[in-house]
Amino acid sequence: MYAQMVKSEATQDDPEKLKAFQERIDAGDKIEPKDWMPEGYRKTLIRQIGQHAHSEIVGQLPEGNWITRAPTLERKAILLAKVQDEAGHGLYLYCAAETLGVSRDEMTEMLLDGRMKYSSIFAYPTLTWADMGAVGWLVDGAAIMNQVPLQRTSFGPYARAMIRICKEESFHQRQGFDIMMKMCSGTPAQKQMAQDALNRFWFPALMMFGPSDAESKHSAQSMAWKIKMNSNDELRQKFVDQTVPQAEYLGLTIPDETLAWNEDKGGYDFAEPDWGEFFDVLKGNGPCSVDRIATRQKAWDDGAWVRDGLMAHAAKKRAAKVAAE
Amino acid sequence: MTDQQEWPLWEIFIRGQHGASHRHVGSLHAPDAEMAILNARDVYTRRKEGVSIWAVPSSAIAASSPSKKGPMYDPADDKTYRHPTFFDIPKDVGPM
Amino acid sequence: MTKPDADLFEFLLRMGDTTLILGHRLSEWCGKAPVLEEDIALANTALDLIGQTQMWLGLAGEVEGKGRTADDLAMLRDAWDFRCALLVQQPNGDFAQTIMRQFLFDHWHLDALCKLAHHSNDQVAAIAAKASKEVTYHAERSADLVIRLGDGTEESHSRMQAALDLLYPFVGELFTFSVEDLRPDYDAKVEAILTEATLTIPDSRFAHLGGLSGTRHSEHLGHLLSQMQWLQRAYPGDTW
Repeated sequence: MYAQMVKSEATQDDPEKLKAFQERIDAGDKIEPKDWMPEGYRKTLIRQIGQHAHSEIVGQLPEGNWITRAPTLERKAILLAKVQDEAGHGLYLYCAAETLGVSRDEMTEMLLDGRMKYSSIFAYPTLTWADMGAVGWLVDGAAIMNQVPLQRTSFGPYARAMIRICKEESFHQRQGFDIMMKMCSGTPAQKQMAQDALNRFWFPALMMFGPSDAESKHSAQSMAWKIKMNSNDELRQKFVDQTVPQAEYLGLTIPDETLAWNEDKGGYDFAEPDWGEFFDVLKGNGPCSVDRIATRQKAWDDGAWVRDGLMAHAAKKRAAKVAAE
Repeated sequence: MTDQQEWPLWEIFIRGQHGASHRHVGSLHAPDAEMAILNARDVYTRRKEGVSIWAVPSSAIAASSPSKKGPMYDPADDKTYRHPTFFDIPKDVGPM
Repeated sequence: MTKPDADLFEFLLRMGDTTLILGHRLSEWCGKAPVLEEDIALANTALDLIGQTQMWLGLAGEVEGKGRTADDLAMLRDAWDFRCALLVQQPNGDFAQTIMRQFLFDHWHLDALCKLAHHSNDQVAAIAAKASKEVTYHAERSADLVIRLGDGTEESHSRMQAALDLLYPFVGELFTFSVEDLRPDYDAKVEAILTEATLTIPDSRFAHLGGLSGTRHSEHLGHLLSQMQWLQRAYPGDTW
């Protein structure tokens, strides 16, 4: 997912208040920013929503990499609109996190200095046009699995952001699949490109859900608070079950020789991704980790004079208005 | 980083169709009200959602205190006649 | 093509190529703008311009009558067949250059479209009418940013002035193909805004020429095309 390995924070609050809080959540109440909430709930949410927001922003880059090379004017417009949506989604999510008492600039600095993370998937390179298909199909497909249930999350601003995001994102996965369909029905070279993209993105897409958290105390707490709605394994299974028939439709082969239908569980058995690689990526050793942060850092640094200049002008205008009154 | 000051936060309200009320759609950052409105047009009406935009500084929003939630909202619970489904209208009357 | 058709084709290429290249330039900012709200706004302008390109070049293909689509024209011509203004070929530079380029272009663009909305060719008039609505907003936004950044901090002011000095020699070319002389109105409007922005228009009216005529493009154009057209060139005839 866009939020991976989010540790829930310990809470040392009044047991009475905690109990009442949990009852509200169990009853399906939405928690709003000014409501009392356990410190652990607040901190965990900042980390989770912040990571989700950073993923949208860093996630602009691998797809942005192909906007200037899109093969037709229509593809260019669609891709640009999609990447623009991601900026919008990052913006909504930052705003949701800001209601918890952290500013967007603070979160940005934490992303840039490594205190906050973004999803591992965006540390992978996009090497061909088919990667635009694979990212839309697999990465957005995986994200939707997580985001749809999060529309019911207990924190009001987060739930509302997710509702807006899900509504807008409905076309993202479809545009990716559409690119794949075009390529798979094209020339042998195009089909090979599509297969190559699937080969490179399959396991990183499975990693998006994070390692198994069946035994994790953090996950149990987050699920009790309804800021995590499903276990990682549950979502991963759902994703595989949904994606395999789509790959068959495209005539592509999932790069997993162990993949097989399991009648008993009514789902596919599949190979685990290389979790060693996953932890390397989280530590900042993904193939593009350094480039991604360097690009964001440069945008942030180069933009400083613009943000300052616009603030300075607004202050001048306010002062002039006051003087006139 | 210099002594940079963060752009303030604004709450954005958009009136979608003619006649409907402005509805809160979200927030954004802008150095002043005029830019907040321009930014809102770009951020919140990408799909032609709105015809009229209000921008209000987030700091100017006064909110009811959550602890008073019970007394403030509960009385409305028993005024269910405010909801159309409260009334059983005989079928013979036709659509109402 | 008859002479009138050939003239119309040439005119449509000038409109479509210019919006194509500027839309492409703006799309290069995606994910890298100074602040999220600007990232989104730049993409909106880019999307409008790409949409306009599809209309102008689509019509150009029809007028030409050789079965070329807007995509064929965009992706399969070499630099000498392009008819885009030199101004829009200029690289993004810093945000000041991007916004100044946009501002100098938008005000010409808006005036030109308003005149073209009354063009004798119905299709040209319809495209211009639709585009002018979008460009009205572009012009408002870029003027607003020019004023704010021109009259912001010392640094933003000096960057905006440097951008104006750099780009002003590319303004004159825009007026070499207008049906009517738009320059006096343009000068009045642009000067008023730049004055409010505390910026100074260069004295020299020297104008670089060669983009709209296709006779001498900037070196930048070839690099832009080699990126934009790469996929279509590497896999001729494939559909995407």
